[in-house]
Amino acid sequence: MTSATVTGETSSPTIRPEEAAHFGKLAAEWWDPRGSSAMLHKLNPVRLAFIRSAIDTHWGTDVTIRAPLTGRTAIDVGCGAGLLCEPLARMGAKVTGVDAAAENIAAARHHAAGMRLDIDYHAGELSSLPEDTFDLVTSMEVIEHVADKRAFVRELVSRLAPGGLMILSTPNRTAASKLLLVDGAEMIGQVPRGTHDWDDFIVPEELGELLNDAGMEMGAPKGIAFTAMKGLHLSDDLKLNYIVTATRR
Amino acid sequence: MSGEIGTERRDVVILGGGLVGMTLAIALAELGITSHVLDAADPEAQMAAGFDGRASAISTASWNLFTNIGIADRLEKFGCPIDAIAVSDQLKPGELHFRPQPGEGSLGRMFANRQLRIALFDAAKERPEIAFHPKSRIVARERDAFGVAAIREDGARFEGSLLVAAEGRRSPTREEAGLTVAKWDYRHRALICGLTHEKPHGNVAWEIFYPAGPFALLPMLDDDQGRHRTALVWTVAEKDADAWLKLGERAFVAEAQKRMGGVLGEIALDGARTSFPLGFHHAPTIVADRLALVGDAAHGIHPIAGQGLNLGLRDAAALAEVLGDGMRLGLEPGDAQLLKRYQDWRALDDFSVALATDGLTWIFGVPGKTASMVRRAGMSAIEKFAPLKTFFMDEARGVSGALPALLQD
Ligand SMILES: Cc1cc2nc3c(=O)[nH]c(=O)nc-3n(C[C@H](O)[C@H](O)[C@H](O)COP(=O)(O)OP(=O)(O)OC[C@H]3O[C@@H](n4cnc5c(N)ncnc54)[C@H](O)[C@@H]3O)c2cc1C
Repeated sequence: MTSATVTGETSSPTIRPEEAAHFGKLAAEWWDPRGSSAMLHKLNPVRLAFIRSAIDTHWGTDVTIRAPLTGRTAIDVGCGAGLLCEPLARMGAKVTGVDAAAENIAAARHHAAGMRLDIDYHAGELSSLPEDTFDLVTSMEVIEHVADKRAFVRELVSRLAPGGLMILSTPNRTAASKLLLVDGAEMIGQVPRGTHDWDDFIVPEELGELLNDAGMEMGAPKGIAFTAMKGLHLSDDLKLNYIVTATRR
Repeated sequence: MSGEIGTERRDVVILGGGLVGMTLAIALAELGITSHVLDAADPEAQMAAGFDGRASAISTASWNLFTNIGIADRLEKFGCPIDAIAVSDQLKPGELHFRPQPGEGSLGRMFANRQLRIALFDAAKERPEIAFHPKSRIVARERDAFGVAAIREDGARFEGSLLVAAEGRRSPTREEAGLTVAKWDYRHRALICGLTHEKPHGNVAWEIFYPAGPFALLPMLDDDQGRHRTALVWTVAEKDADAWLKLGERAFVAEAQKRMGGVLGEIALDGARTSFPLGFHHAPTIVADRLALVGDAAHGIHPIAGQGLNLGLRDAAALAEVLGDGMRLGLEPGDAQLLKRYQDWRALDDFSVALATDGLTWIFGVPGKTASMVRRAGMSAIEKFAPLKTFFMDEARGVSGALPALLQD
C-alpha cells in the first residue's frame, strides 16, 4: 500500500506512508483472530447468528440465501476496524461504518480494501455524518461507554429509516459481568485495561425504557453466555452480555 | 463447470479433485459457494477403464451425502447393497452373520471407484460454481490476511479466500504448512483385485481371519455379461507383498481360492492386482490460517473395507456445512472461527483413531505375535475386533459421532 486518504469530517488530508504502514499494522492486529481482539472474533459469529435471524424475521427474507440485505442500507456505530461492517456488506447491504477513533477507521479502510469490499467509513461522531437514514442500525458494545445514553439512543433512532431495524448489544450490569468482564477479562488481558467501567453498564430494563422514550419497542433480549463446553453462545442467560432488536412503535 | 484459465477470485481453492475434493466442490456448489478445483492428473486417464480397479464401500451416511448433493440418482444403478457381513475364523465352521434388524439401518453399498469418479465429474460439469482445472501442476501457494492463491506452472493464478488440501496422503500443501502427521505402519499390505465367480454372493460381505491378517470379500454388481463379481482385499505381510503381486495368475487364484473355500465357488481374476500399504495416518491439526485439510490429506486408515473414503466424505460434509453456515452470517470462508469449528468437529470424530487402535493394533500391533494371537483368540475376540463388521454395524446403528446435516437422511 502506498497511500490512503481519510475523507471523514475530522480528516487530516493525506496520510504519510509511515502512517499507512501503521494503520496496516493496526488493521492486522484488529483482524488477527489470536491477537488482542481475540474475544471480539469469537463473539462475532454469535452476534451475527442473532443479527441474521433478526434480519430474516424482520424482513421475511429466506433464511438460506447469502445476501438478505440486498438493496438495503446499514450503519454500524462504533464500528472499530469493521468486524461487523464486513459481514453486513457480504450480506448485501450498502454499509456505512462510523467510529470516533480515526485510527480504527483507517484500519477498517485498509482491511476492507484488502477484502475488496466497498464500505463507506467515517471517522468522528455520528452527528457529523450527512443526514441519511438507514434500514439497519447496529451498535455493538458502545452504549456502555457513552455518558449521555438518552441522547445517544435518540440519535440512533433519528438514523433509522421508516420500517427499519435496530440491533444493540451491551454488557449487563450484574455481579457476574463485573467479575468476568471488568475484573477478570481485563486482568488476564483479554480486553485492554480500562475498557469497561462497570457503573456505566446498563440492565435490559433500563435500555428498554430508553428505547421506549425514543418511540421504540425493544424485542426480547437474548444473552451471550459462555461455558467451557459451548464457548460463547446465544442463551436465555442475560447475566453477562445481551443483544436486542428494536423497532419503531 | 468451466475449464478456461479463469483467474477470477472464487470462494474456495481446492487442491486435488479426487473423490473427496470433487465431492466437497459439489457440496459447496449446492450451498452457492464457488470454487476452483485444481488437479495434477488428467481426467481422461483417471476415468479410463484400467486406471483404478478399486472399489469403495459407501456407508449409509455417505450415501445420504450423495443423495443430498444430487448425485445418488446417477449412481444408484452401480451400487451393490451389502445385506449382511459374515465373520469367520479361518473358514472354520461357526462363522457369524451380522444382518441389521429392520429399522436398524443398512450396511452400505459397494461401488467401483471408476463409477464414483464418473458420477462426480459429470455432476461437477453441470455446475457453474465449480471451475475445474485438470492437468494443473501447482508451483506455489500463498496465504495471507486477505486471501489465498495457488500458482500454476504456466503462471496462472487461482485466488480465493480459503485453500483446501485434498491431495491425498502425500499432500504437499499439508507438508508446506508444517502440519504434522502421526503414522502407524503395520508392515502389512492389502492386495486388491476384482474377482468373477461361479456362485452368487447373495450380497454378503465376508471377513475371514487368518494368522497373516484378514481377507475380505466385498460384493459387487454382476457385470454386463452377467458374471458375478466380488472385490478382494487380502492382507499379507509387507515382505511377501511383492511376491504375491508377481505370482502367476493361476497360482494366485489357487491360493486365493484356498483361503475362501467354496464361499463363491470357482473364481477367476477380473482386472489387475494392486496393493496398498496397511497403515494409518492422522494429522491432529487439520486447519491453519486460511487452510483446511480433507480426506486422505488429513487422515487415512487401513483399506480393509474401503472405509477411507467414508471418512473423507465426512470431512467434506462437515466443512461444507461449516462454510455454508458461516457464509449465511456474512463471514468469509477463510474465517478463523469457521475453521476452528471444523477442526473441533472433526477432532471429536476420533472414530478413525478408535477404529485403528481397536481393530488393527490388536491384530497387527504386536510384531510377531499376530499369528499366535489370532490362533488363540478364537471367534469371540475376532468378532469383537473385526474392522469391517465393526465399521458397518456402527454406521448402521448411527453411533459414529455427530453427523453433519448432509450425512443425515
Ligand atoms: C493406490 C491406492 C489404493 C488405495 N486403495 C484403497 C483401498 O483399497 N481401500 C481404501 O479404503 N482406500 C484406499 N485408498 C485410499 C482411498 O482411495 C482414499 O481414502 C479415497 O480415495 C479418498 O481420497 P482423497 O480424495 O482424499 O485422495 P485421493 O483419492 O488420493 O485423491 C487425491 C487427488 O489429488 C490429486 N493430487 C495429488 N497431488 C496433487 C498436487 N500436488 N496438486 C494437485 N493435485 C494433486 C490426485 O491426482 C488425485 O486426484 C487407496 C489409495 C490409493 C492411492
